[in-house]
Amino acid sequence: MKLHEYQSKQIFARYGIPIPKGRVAATATEARQIAEELGGRVVIKSQVLVGGRGKAGGVRVARSAKEAEELATQILGMEIKGLPVRKVLVDEAANIDHEIYLGITNDRSARRPVIMSSAAGGVEIEEVARTNPEKIIKIHVDPLLGLRDYQARDIAVGIDLPKEYWKQFAEICRGLWRAYVESDATLVEINPLVILKEKRLLALDGKMLVDDNALFRHTDLAEMRDVDEEAAIETEARKYGLSFIKLDGQIGCMVNGAGLAMATMDIVKLFNGEPANFLDIGGGASADKVAAALRIILSDKNVKAILFNIFGGITRCDEVARGILTALQEFRTTIPMIVRLVGTNAEEGRKLLADAKMMTAETLVDAAQKAVAVIKA
Amino acid sequence: MSIFINRDTRLLVQGITGNEGLFHAQQMLAYGTKIVAGVTPGKGGDWVLGDKVPVFDSCRAAVDATGANVTVIFVPSRGAPDAMFEAADAGIPLIVCITEGVPVQDMMRVREYLDQKQVRLVGPNCPGLLTPGECKVGIIPNDIAIPGKVGVVSRSGTLTYEVLFALKQKKMGVTTCVGIGGDPINGTNFIDCLDLFEADPRTEMVVMIGEIGGTDEEKAAQFIAANMTKPVVAFIAGQTAPPGKRMGHAGAIIEGGAGTAAEKVKALEAAGVKVARYPEEIPSLLE
Repeated sequence: MKLHEYQSKQIFARYGIPIPKGRVAATATEARQIAEELGGRVVIKSQVLVGGRGKAGGVRVARSAKEAEELATQILGMEIKGLPVRKVLVDEAANIDHEIYLGITNDRSARRPVIMSSAAGGVEIEEVARTNPEKIIKIHVDPLLGLRDYQARDIAVGIDLPKEYWKQFAEICRGLWRAYVESDATLVEINPLVILKEKRLLALDGKMLVDDNALFRHTDLAEMRDVDEEAAIETEARKYGLSFIKLDGQIGCMVNGAGLAMATMDIVKLFNGEPANFLDIGGGASADKVAAALRIILSDKNVKAILFNIFGGITRCDEVARGILTALQEFRTTIPMIVRLVGTNAEEGRKLLADAKMMTAETLVDAAQKAVAVIKA
Repeated sequence: MSIFINRDTRLLVQGITGNEGLFHAQQMLAYGTKIVAGVTPGKGGDWVLGDKVPVFDSCRAAVDATGANVTVIFVPSRGAPDAMFEAADAGIPLIVCITEGVPVQDMMRVREYLDQKQVRLVGPNCPGLLTPGECKVGIIPNDIAIPGKVGVVSRSGTLTYEVLFALKQKKMGVTTCVGIGGDPINGTNFIDCLDLFEADPRTEMVVMIGEIGGTDEEKAAQFIAANMTKPVVAFIAGQTAPPGKRMGHAGAIIEGGAGTAAEKVKALEAAGVKVARYPEEIPSLLE
């Protein structure tokens, strides 16, 4: 789960990381009020869950409260990479002397957290990662021991941070580590962490990704999810415990198991079809869940055929068949459906569907070819 | 021969009185697996599965009483890390964790601890192990594989069943099938299994089923090129997966342009591995 900048920075602040004075606003009038409180010179930052906000014109400096209102009006009317801007963060403007990058993430390959930093922070960090990766200092952290102070110092030395900032930098590293561990984050990032002309450090931006699997012990974070920022259909799918991702093709797919769902999409493509979605109904899906899944697929108007590929193990094919029938009673769709049932109770499942005028397939290849043929016909 | 499990395996089932645990314990017992004990805290002293299997309050008590040497975990995700620590502390050398949805930071701590204790973990978020005709540890359906000479290692669940079923249709049997799981941080990886299959005299060829995300398939390709004499056939799921989206499995995601199926296929083909275009093509590539 992605958190907004303002949410991430509020969390960082709880761990003693210095952030600019500021608040979030949903209207230009609010933005003006906040700017007035902050003395006029502010930065208006669009709060959308995509990168490249600055380049898209979604981050602007205002020299007065009046200008803050004008800029907030513009930014609140924008779309950035297809996402409408619903909120802006109004932050006190900073006198920046230098920009640093600091982040902690999971290094999958090393199976450990890694803390990363670079003297060249700000918008150029991705360029640095590509052209001068050695300029990014990386230190792995023992997940049982946690970040040690010497490691924070090693990073400060590695990025040539002037000595006078070491102590404050180490405190920020410690705070960021605690934020990472205690939030079950998969990424915590300050970019840029700035050295101010006033000779102190300030976290100007913040980004956090939280492990969805850990939200059961972070109800406060779970409530921060911005459902406006994801496709409504994906929110609906999550409610039913379905794993769903919308794609642009015409062949809807319903499969049990993530790997098999991907393989099913791939084979559709191999036979010159385009999958409309990824949908994993999971193990042991009930008829209710299957019906919800079918509703979700049918809500996509691009869908011209539906392919069911169910390999029964824990999932029982007859239960899936009942779910399909329930949903069909509700919809009475004319969209052609191709069903392949194998494994646990496949025979009972096929019998249940015998009257439903669905095409059946024995093999995955057969199923994919039939689905594609229906589209092309 | 087989890897990890055989007819001498003495299995402990953690979470044996839960719905999933009890159902699959029944299935494993029906397959012929020697289930010597179950653990559910608070239910010690009970017997389950027609009074054939004693339940203990702790792994330590179960191991002391029964000599269990492999454990399988069906404990829900919030308790699964603790179940793994407990099994390791009870001295069980092989832990198979079926549970899906274990938080990734927990898994980093578990893996670090298990490595220090030299305990092997398979999973989490996996279907487990199957040595056809001898022993099943996990949830792979009972009737989809026959004994034979193909070693199978896979990051997936139902996709693995699909492949086992396709092999069986062509009368091709399996030495051991290992589901290593779809999480970003897991225990046993492809290379561990390839190494064991290479050393196993009964295994003559290997099927490897990967998917998008991470670089384990690329590392396996390097290992195959340098160390494997037995033929390897692979399938990689997720050719059509869009970048930045998690495809069901926590570990199946293309991040920053890395972890694509195309890269994995390229690395494997460069290592001399035949890569199937779809699961049902695998048997013909083994012939």
